[in-house]
Amino acid sequence: MNSPILEMKNITKEFPGVKALNNVSFRVAEDEIHCLVGENGAGKSTLMKVLSGVYPHGSYTGDIVFGGDVQRFRGISDSEKAGIAIIYQELALVPEMTVYENIFLGHEIRNGLMVDWNETIKRAGEVLKKVRLNVTPSVKVKDLGVGKQQLVEIAKALSRDVKLLILDEPTSALNVDDSENLLSLLRELKNHGVTCVLISHKLKEVIEIADSVTVLRDGQTICTLDAHKGEVSEHALIKHMVGREIDNIYPKRERKQIGDPVLEVRSWNAYNPALGRTILKDINFNIRKGEIVGFAGLMGSGRTELALSLFGNPDGYRLDGEMIVEGRKKHFKHPQDAIKAGVAYVTEDRKGDGLILIQDVKQNITLANLSKISSRGVVNSNAEVQVANEYKATLNIKTPSIEQKVANLSGGNQQKVSVAKWLFVQPDILILDEPTRGIDVGAKYEIYTIMTRLVEQGMSIIMISSELPEVLGMSDRVYVVSSGKITGELPIKEATQEKIMQLATD
Amino acid sequence: MSFIKNAQKILQENIREYGMFIALFVIMAFFTWRTEGLFISSRNISNLLNQTGYIAVLAVGMTLVIVIRCIDLSVGFLAGFLGAVAAIALVFWGLPVYVVIPLVLALGIVAGLLTAFLVAQMGIPSFVASLAGWLIYRGAIQLVTAGTGTIIIPDEAFNAIGNGFIPDIFPAEAGPLPGVHKLTLILGLLGIIVFIVNEINGRRKKQAYNFEVLPMDMFILKLVFVSALVGGIIWVLAGYQGLSWTAVVVLIVVLVYDFITSQTVLGRHIYAIGGNPEAAELSGISVKRLTYVVFGSMGMLSALSGILFASRLQSATTTAGTLFELDAIAAAFVGGVSAAGGVGKIMGSLIGALVMLSLTSGMNLMGIDISLQYLVRGAVLAAAVIFDVATRRRGK
Repeated sequence: MNSPILEMKNITKEFPGVKALNNVSFRVAEDEIHCLVGENGAGKSTLMKVLSGVYPHGSYTGDIVFGGDVQRFRGISDSEKAGIAIIYQELALVPEMTVYENIFLGHEIRNGLMVDWNETIKRAGEVLKKVRLNVTPSVKVKDLGVGKQQLVEIAKALSRDVKLLILDEPTSALNVDDSENLLSLLRELKNHGVTCVLISHKLKEVIEIADSVTVLRDGQTICTLDAHKGEVSEHALIKHMVGREIDNIYPKRERKQIGDPVLEVRSWNAYNPALGRTILKDINFNIRKGEIVGFAGLMGSGRTELALSLFGNPDGYRLDGEMIVEGRKKHFKHPQDAIKAGVAYVTEDRKGDGLILIQDVKQNITLANLSKISSRGVVNSNAEVQVANEYKATLNIKTPSIEQKVANLSGGNQQKVSVAKWLFVQPDILILDEPTRGIDVGAKYEIYTIMTRLVEQGMSIIMISSELPEVLGMSDRVYVVSSGKITGELPIKEATQEKIMQLATD
Repeated sequence: MSFIKNAQKILQENIREYGMFIALFVIMAFFTWRTEGLFISSRNISNLLNQTGYIAVLAVGMTLVIVIRCIDLSVGFLAGFLGAVAAIALVFWGLPVYVVIPLVLALGIVAGLLTAFLVAQMGIPSFVASLAGWLIYRGAIQLVTAGTGTIIIPDEAFNAIGNGFIPDIFPAEAGPLPGVHKLTLILGLLGIIVFIVNEINGRRKKQAYNFEVLPMDMFILKLVFVSALVGGIIWVLAGYQGLSWTAVVVLIVVLVYDFITSQTVLGRHIYAIGGNPEAAELSGISVKRLTYVVFGSMGMLSALSGILFASRLQSATTTAGTLFELDAIAAAFVGGVSAAGGVGKIMGSLIGALVMLSLTSGMNLMGIDISLQYLVRGAVLAAAVIFDVATRRRGK
């Protein structure tokens, strides 16, 4: 093995209440392709943010040794100067600028006070050749496909004389050809002295390209595997990625005989005009009365998009297919229609599109069904207080008063307000998108208890979750989603973390 | 001692809510002192309210527009243009007042819906869409007054809206308090009684739910302060010719909009959109539909503003409405509306309009140069918003 270009030693990074990284060590040898894998929330992105200086020196403990020297990056510009470049999933290009402007953005080639555009265009042409991208440098970035944009990003990094190139899930938005192309480019760069760290969920890709693999789980380094010693296999990776016992925090529930289907979706397709690609392909599934159905999969696999496309399609996808609610074919034009038909959707991002943070608890709880507590359009404030107090009590929302602004509550209690808001519309079908993200174990248990109570009362729940233990602990049935397709359906008795992970990384 | 301490504490905690009232009070007291009482004279206050009228109704509509994270720059010239339309309808078409007013209000709604169409349907930023309206209505007002120049309105009923006063039920010189407008006094007293009864009921209701309420002495202090302020203004007005029709119109508009925003489903939906449009949409609220409602109401209030202004001048001029939009926006911001959306009260914007117009009126009485007046008003606007941002941050 070559000498290390990068060594991160005993890195610990804490956020209020959470240890995101716990004594993590990460060692990358010169001229290799090193893959970093782990479940969502394992700490991969945090580790890379520590490395690139997004979390500056002093906000974490441990040492970063890069190119033989201990580094104290105070910001991204420091790590860039040292020769580290990170390419994120969301590309950092300016769409309205040309390819050459983007490549040299931030380190323009100057001739005195002026930018030397001729030299810029010439040099841009050279780096584009290196990444084998055959476009005119003067074309605008927005006119290129995602695959080509990614290559522009890499060209931008190369133009800075990069020594270590980090790619965060570069192929998640690419089609097969573009992915292949990218991977072979990485191999070529390796031969030209650029070391590569690749974060990826696609295990097949990892196995194909990696010289070594480091697995993170729950903020800790689990192991580093050497591909040249034959240590890297799908089985080994999955085992290390998920290898933990399911915590016993799931309330026991009698699985009564499950009723008739309340929701059926057939040959459901969605095209997102904003992204210019198909995001859901031939989705078929059904939900029965009194059932919790888990939708497992990795972030970005299309589960949220599926939920939105069913819930009145607020993002304006072009839809195609059949949706049958309680035996009747439905076509929701607006979330309003979905709510009226008895469907509720608790969003993944409660702060972003779930709650109105500047309003108080009671206003948030009643928002989706104000007509129920009003007559002739006038809100009955007494009834509102009663409703809010009831939910505060039944869901055990911890707040000094229902007049408290939601922004001041903890994550778990905010989530309970979100759930309360949607219970107040009295739905038959409740879609929960990542219902326990970012909340502590106690609040999780309470959310699970609420879910159990609801299905016992006959509600049907769709639970979208990236946390496998939760999926296995709560669901009656599991669908696995990957790249906009349902890649498998598992009855709970047959479902295991390994099986789900395999289907999710298909 | 504890009373004063209590008062201080309550004031500090609710400085955002009471700040504007106090600022208005201070400004009025200052000008009264500097003009040796001229500012607070019945005649001046009456004039001040009438001048505030056409800006205040715009500020009310603008509050909702800003709450849903939009802006409407077209309202000034739209008001001017519709005022001219009203004049033409009265003078050249010979239509009676009771036809002209609903007609002009309806035209205003149509104009507002057009802006809303550009914003909600076509996805054009409201700043740009309403800037187009600004240009168009500016052209339109010059077009319709091109042949005639200023159009004098001879209709007495129409002109009374901007210049007249409510009639008195008792002869002015008879009975007790000669020379005082009795109906104004009676209405004012009624208003104060309704306010006090409402406050007491609200307090009882809150207590029944074990919510926090003001301590009794502070509660009484608040009632006394507001009653004294309203009573004072009413007394001053009654000493001149009583309530003007403009003041009545503004009061009705403010009360209706205050009710809508604070008590109805519609109001709650509007504030929800301002607070978080994505969350509102996912809660089954149609952001599009409410954009139409808010801009439609803005158009209607622009028409009302145009009517008030034309009626006050008893004529329609080619420059009517110039810069009204900016005065209305300034009033809303001074009154505590947040540019980030979702926050702002109707009553606040009314006070904001009164603050800005008091400054103008007071400085005019003091004979301060017009250029200096702009400097002062600009500084007050900036100070009000800084105060707002600072107290909001502390609130977090």
